[in-house]
Amino acid sequence: MSNRRDFIKILGLSSAGLMMGLSASSKPTVIPLNGAGPSVLALEINPFIVIEPNGKIILINPRPDMGQGSTQAVPSLLAEELEVRLDQVTIWQSDGKGKYGDQTSGGSSSVRALWKPIRQAGAAAREMLVKAAAQRWSVPESECYAKEAKVFHKPSGKSLTYGEVADEASKFEVPKNPALKEAKDFKIVGKYAPRLDVPARVTGKAVFGIDVDVPGMVYAVMIHNPHIFGKVVSIDDTEALKIKGVQKVLKCERPMPHRTAEAVAIIADNYWAALSAKKVVKVHWENGTIPHTLTTDAYYKKCAEAATKEGLKGEESGDFAAAFAGAAKKVEALYETPFLAHAPMEPENAIAHVKEDGTVEVWAPIQGPDWALRDLAGYLKIKPEQIKINVALLGGAFGRKAYHDFLLEACFLSKEVKKPVKLVWTREDDITQGPYRPGMMARMQGGVDEKGNIVAYHHHPIGESIQFQVFKAPNDKPDDWICGELSQKEQKYTIPAFKVSFTHVDTEIPIVWWRSVYASNFGFSQEGFLDELIHTAGKDPLKARLEMMTDARFKKVLETLGEKAKWGEKLPAGYGKGIAVFKSFGSISACCVTVSKHGAGVKVEKVVSVIDCGHYVNPDNVKAQTEGNIVMGITAAVKKGVTFTHGQADHTNFHQYHVMRFNEMPAVEIHIVESGAEPGGVGEPGLPPIAPALANAVFAATGKRIRKLPFDLNTLA
Amino acid sequence: MAAISLNVNGKNFTLDIDPKMPLLWAIRDFVGLKGTKFGCGIAQCGACTVHLEGKPTRSCVLPVQAVIGKKITTIEGLGTEENLHPVQQAWIEEQVPQCGYCQSGQIMAASALLKEKANPTDADIDSAMRGHICRCGTYDRIRKAIKRAAKDTPKASVTGGK
Repeated sequence: MSNRRDFIKILGLSSAGLMMGLSASSKPTVIPLNGAGPSVLALEINPFIVIEPNGKIILINPRPDMGQGSTQAVPSLLAEELEVRLDQVTIWQSDGKGKYGDQTSGGSSSVRALWKPIRQAGAAAREMLVKAAAQRWSVPESECYAKEAKVFHKPSGKSLTYGEVADEASKFEVPKNPALKEAKDFKIVGKYAPRLDVPARVTGKAVFGIDVDVPGMVYAVMIHNPHIFGKVVSIDDTEALKIKGVQKVLKCERPMPHRTAEAVAIIADNYWAALSAKKVVKVHWENGTIPHTLTTDAYYKKCAEAATKEGLKGEESGDFAAAFAGAAKKVEALYETPFLAHAPMEPENAIAHVKEDGTVEVWAPIQGPDWALRDLAGYLKIKPEQIKINVALLGGAFGRKAYHDFLLEACFLSKEVKKPVKLVWTREDDITQGPYRPGMMARMQGGVDEKGNIVAYHHHPIGESIQFQVFKAPNDKPDDWICGELSQKEQKYTIPAFKVSFTHVDTEIPIVWWRSVYASNFGFSQEGFLDELIHTAGKDPLKARLEMMTDARFKKVLETLGEKAKWGEKLPAGYGKGIAVFKSFGSISACCVTVSKHGAGVKVEKVVSVIDCGHYVNPDNVKAQTEGNIVMGITAAVKKGVTFTHGQADHTNFHQYHVMRFNEMPAVEIHIVESGAEPGGVGEPGLPPIAPALANAVFAATGKRIRKLPFDLNTLA
Repeated sequence: MAAISLNVNGKNFTLDIDPKMPLLWAIRDFVGLKGTKFGCGIAQCGACTVHLEGKPTRSCVLPVQAVIGKKITTIEGLGTEENLHPVQQAWIEEQVPQCGYCQSGQIMAASALLKEKANPTDADIDSAMRGHICRCGTYDRIRKAIKRAAKDTPKASVTGGK
């Protein structure tokens, strides 16, 4: 722990004119913070809290906002312990620098990872401010308390603003173990609050990455190879260069984490000129064998072959082979899920300025400025200190914008043309180039004894792995992201013989995490297949799940679902209900889908979702995220996935790559189970139970078992 | 290139641009109003919706030469934080946006609907909004917000804003 006075003395600086960085967990540094000029005296109590003597309080949000609400959620944790109201503070987005720690919005981690450390940062600052005021007044600290950005002396009623004591406060040692509030004393956390960023988002004033302009910039449009990995043989730009505003057509590259693809770009004065040129540039590609190898059919064929063999064992409790052999009734099934595009409404985009002096500045909608800093430094072979990252709001992301190919493309182009380059992908780039949620298969086996107990269960995921493809991890072991999530320890079913295996099948189709990652694939196979086993056993889907559960939180979620979804009620003819429960990202989520028969298909009438995410920040945001997961979950179940034929994507834009529309929205109801447990994730856990609950409802209404996604609601095919 | 005169939010702009340039890019990159969004470029998602003579219109496929002299309203012209349009107000009260990227288009469609039909039925709302994609999945709240705007707003001011 560093002493602030020593720190100032050692560096020979006065406090005036500088931002001072002092982190409770790292060595002190002096770093100008974001855009603030050196003439501003701003006291950085710790990396996340800056207080200016005029009273302005700046809270640093280390988790970019892609719509999941982190702009407010994380500062709420800080404000709670700092004793300020959210309308008293200005919120800045962190820039990737190490002092802010992990800064990637992903894995539904923001609140659950920062729950303690960020509150400690707020509490430590509050203690320092109270101590400073107490010393100023020469009264015991115990007679003082903080409230709404002021320190009060209880006996006399006098007060000082945080701004008035910030200078003195910033010179104290940062308390190591500041006292955190008990949940019952929370004023902000756990309470409904309107999001303060909503007005800007309904008046066109919110600045997304695509809305940033910088002086002297040029626009770029990419021509990506429809076959993704072919080589550029020649470029004919004759017609393109006749278009006014088009400056240059050049060969460039698309750097993906695991391999780099060749590409072509058009540089122009304005975006439309570049887009117009794209239609007339002729690129001759050499694609080799890609048209034969880059196909989803070939991939699924390999997966199906792998399903006939044993995989690598992830875990086994009991003796699955013996239990399965001895079961009175045996069920085996193959489940399949498609590749999916993230298709955030804001296409991938970035501005990069690679300057002559070797420094780089970027402006982009990215999920992780810390990861971007690492990727930029690695790609450009420069030091992190030479890079400045400005994170704009993300117009959706769902995992896509933590994959920085588009950011590095902009850097390549800026380096070439020696100007700031604003690169905007088209929707066609977004849908045809990936990376995608991996398509997967799962071989399922289960056994039921003569009493109707499920005694054997084997979940065998098969397919491409993010760890193996993107991060090049050795594939001689089962994927532990997948096997860990599907383990008995996580999913809690007390089946006596429980086994999880994995087989890696590779593909060149680029993949990455997509909202809820593998839970979106294997929540479907787990919960769909368990429904099969339960029906084989002649049991009720809710009661049978409860019978297999001893975990109190899972039971409470299922019981709440049963009650809220009126599970036992008699349904009209042609109606069916299905349920599913799945734990992901530290939260347990269950849902009940109601469908009704319509011709040869069904209509989705209603979805009731229940989530136990432990402590949360804003219940309305939990509900909003869960609503979003219902929509994305249904889309993933019933709309076309991404397929590749002859080496290229079969769908290019929203006219072919369909997503759920407004008029298809069922009635929804969300319920939060107040467990008071450690926080779990909120952005993703609502998604995995949707597809299996829908498929189980289809079975209940029609007798048709859905094992392959997507399926058509109109035909059930 | 040609001098193109556009009337956006009551102001006239003379732009030296390609007459075939879609209105979207003229608004974003030449007029400098960024609230109207690029989503698909083929009139499939609705993010680029503006009002053309009061009617909701996809700006991403509409060449500027087709709208010379016509009255164009963007989200910025509908209402501001200080002077919200009733639909924007309802959007705030229902806490509709998540990322908010598509919401300019959604709001332009909803405000045009309410101008046409002060008390729309669910079928009217479906028909007006089905062309607008929201990947965050805010459809349920959008429906609630439209109904709230219809209910809370005196008929005369549904067309309001400034």
